[in-house]
Amino acid sequence: MSLEIAISIVMTLVIAATPILLAGLGELVAEKSGVLNLGVEGMMLVGAVAGFITASLTGFTPAGYAVAALAGLCASLLFGVLALTIGANQVATGLALTIFGTGLSSLAGAGFVGTTITRLPALFPQGLAGHPIFRIVFGYDVIVYLSVALTLAAAWFLNHTRPGLILRCVGESDASAHAIGYPVTVIRYLAVAFGGALAGLAGAYYSLAVTPMWADRITAGRGWIALALVVFSSWRPWRLLLGAYIFGAVMTLELYSKAAGFALLPPEMLAMLPYLATVVALAVIAMRPSRGRLDAPRCLGKTFRAGA
Amino acid sequence: MAAILDRRMLLAGAGASAALPYLGARALAADPLKVGFIYVGPVGDFGYTHAHDVARKKTQDFYGDKIKTNYVENVPEGPDAERVLRQLAQEGNALIFATSFGFMNATAKVAKTLPKVYFEHATGYMRGPNLATYNARFYEGRAVIGTIAGMMSKTGVGGYVASFPIPEVVMGINCFTLAARKVNPKFQTKVLWLSTWYDPAKEADAAKALADQGADIITQHTDSPAPLQVCEQKGLYGFGQASDMSSIAPKAHLTAIVDNWAPYYIGRVKAVMDNTWKTGDTWWGLKQDTVQIAPYNPAMPDNVKKAADDVKNAIIAGTLHPVTGPVSDNKGTQRLKDGEKATDEMLEKMDWYVEGVQS
Repeated sequence: MSLEIAISIVMTLVIAATPILLAGLGELVAEKSGVLNLGVEGMMLVGAVAGFITASLTGFTPAGYAVAALAGLCASLLFGVLALTIGANQVATGLALTIFGTGLSSLAGAGFVGTTITRLPALFPQGLAGHPIFRIVFGYDVIVYLSVALTLAAAWFLNHTRPGLILRCVGESDASAHAIGYPVTVIRYLAVAFGGALAGLAGAYYSLAVTPMWADRITAGRGWIALALVVFSSWRPWRLLLGAYIFGAVMTLELYSKAAGFALLPPEMLAMLPYLATVVALAVIAMRPSRGRLDAPRCLGKTFRAGA
Repeated sequence: MAAILDRRMLLAGAGASAALPYLGARALAADPLKVGFIYVGPVGDFGYTHAHDVARKKTQDFYGDKIKTNYVENVPEGPDAERVLRQLAQEGNALIFATSFGFMNATAKVAKTLPKVYFEHATGYMRGPNLATYNARFYEGRAVIGTIAGMMSKTGVGGYVASFPIPEVVMGINCFTLAARKVNPKFQTKVLWLSTWYDPAKEADAAKALADQGADIITQHTDSPAPLQVCEQKGLYGFGQASDMSSIAPKAHLTAIVDNWAPYYIGRVKAVMDNTWKTGDTWWGLKQDTVQIAPYNPAMPDNVKKAADDVKNAIIAGTLHPVTGPVSDNKGTQRLKDGEKATDEMLEKMDWYVEGVQS
């Protein structure tokens, strides 16, 4: 395999990994606070369509990303009102959000099918971004670097700051956090909103960068891969980064190996690999003798009512 | 006017309409004839379902207020389809088009129980007294774009982003490759199977992988314009699928195979109106304008345009069959003798690849 193809594979996998990393990171923070939001796919689609429409009408792609994050955030607040304020079942609410987001995006995007926009350019100057070898590090747009920076920031926030500790505390024991005097619901709202904004951004990465166009259900189920990834990472940002790149590599390598004339696996296997990898990772983590549980936040998915 | 429904609205309406006795659309002559469509995908896919819906609209416009068309999109291929079909019939649709292969069993089952409703199933093979089938000879279009690919490719390697290895897709790959090898005997087609009809990001990555393996012209049998966008970005050439996709990739888009179901739909509606509807199997192609070739990219050299037109015209005139022997498969076995033409049956069951296909 030539160096050129190897570089091309790496660059393709980084782009494949970036949106699932973003969406996964948002969901990881939300889950750390004890909220299971299965609406990732729906929020991604809302972000994807809002971002595309904005970029298309303004001709300014960065505005598309900003509006996408905002749209994802608004969609997540809808979840928040139902699941956190009213106390509806989180699983059902999340699934409803996905169905709602799919329909809404399809309706809003109907007039934009068959149009395209310009991608963001590479962040670094052409001398680096277009260099035959250095492009492997410098050849991406700003969102790719942002996704890595956000992972770093989230890891630091969760593990080394006081607000991060409080957020984790809310996820581990909402009743204790409440007893000490922390506003459990407010903190969960913030975590869910962060998750929504990142999901919106992730969705927009499909409609603005991977395939700059609008087509119905453009994310094609990547939101579910992001959800699987959070479990795969056992709720650790660094492992999430690693997992996203492994998932990206699995998806990309398979296509390249087949294009080169040899198949590592049949295509049906390829489609289920990310989920299979999650199951295997879960099994491995569960089998470690030192830890009997899967590191899931203890209050994950539980409805909290003050005084209950 | 067209009524736009989705499955959930239809389910909600079904309870009310079930209480009414089924009258049949022709019971009241003054009422418009109701014609129903079920789609496997979203009408906004800019591909296969989009093309069916364009034809539905054309049919509606053609007859004006004499008919009323309804559609239900995103119908899963399975038991759900049966329910949707039944409900469309209960709502008074006298003619119902089931537009995807996977609706076959459901359509056959429902057609048996509702003998007064006419059913039409696309791309299937099960027929009955009130169930007809229809398909389009897309492989004829593949021969035209194969000719273009053979002449435009500098590397002599074409990429093919493919969905599932069913005969419909296999015959397209073979016709594309046969036509390309007629103009460039060394032409190779690299096929990448994705196990999906629609996944833009995956389709784009597949196109990238094919391009990195030396393919400088890429075609597809999946439904999104994503592979074309990769061609546009990398300065390669490609073809649209099911719809004219030149707006997505103005430089890369050489032409497209356009599905034009409108003539068939208009004709079948007329047959119901005239009481002359009969079951049967219709397989129209370039000649009947069901398969169309989109306008060529102005950047395409004149000799390529002419060669493509020659192939198209010869197929229309009936002097050229895209699969004419000698044809050997890619394992070296001869499949068709010199001058022998592939029968429809052979095409419908095709499960082998011609020489030059790397799958």
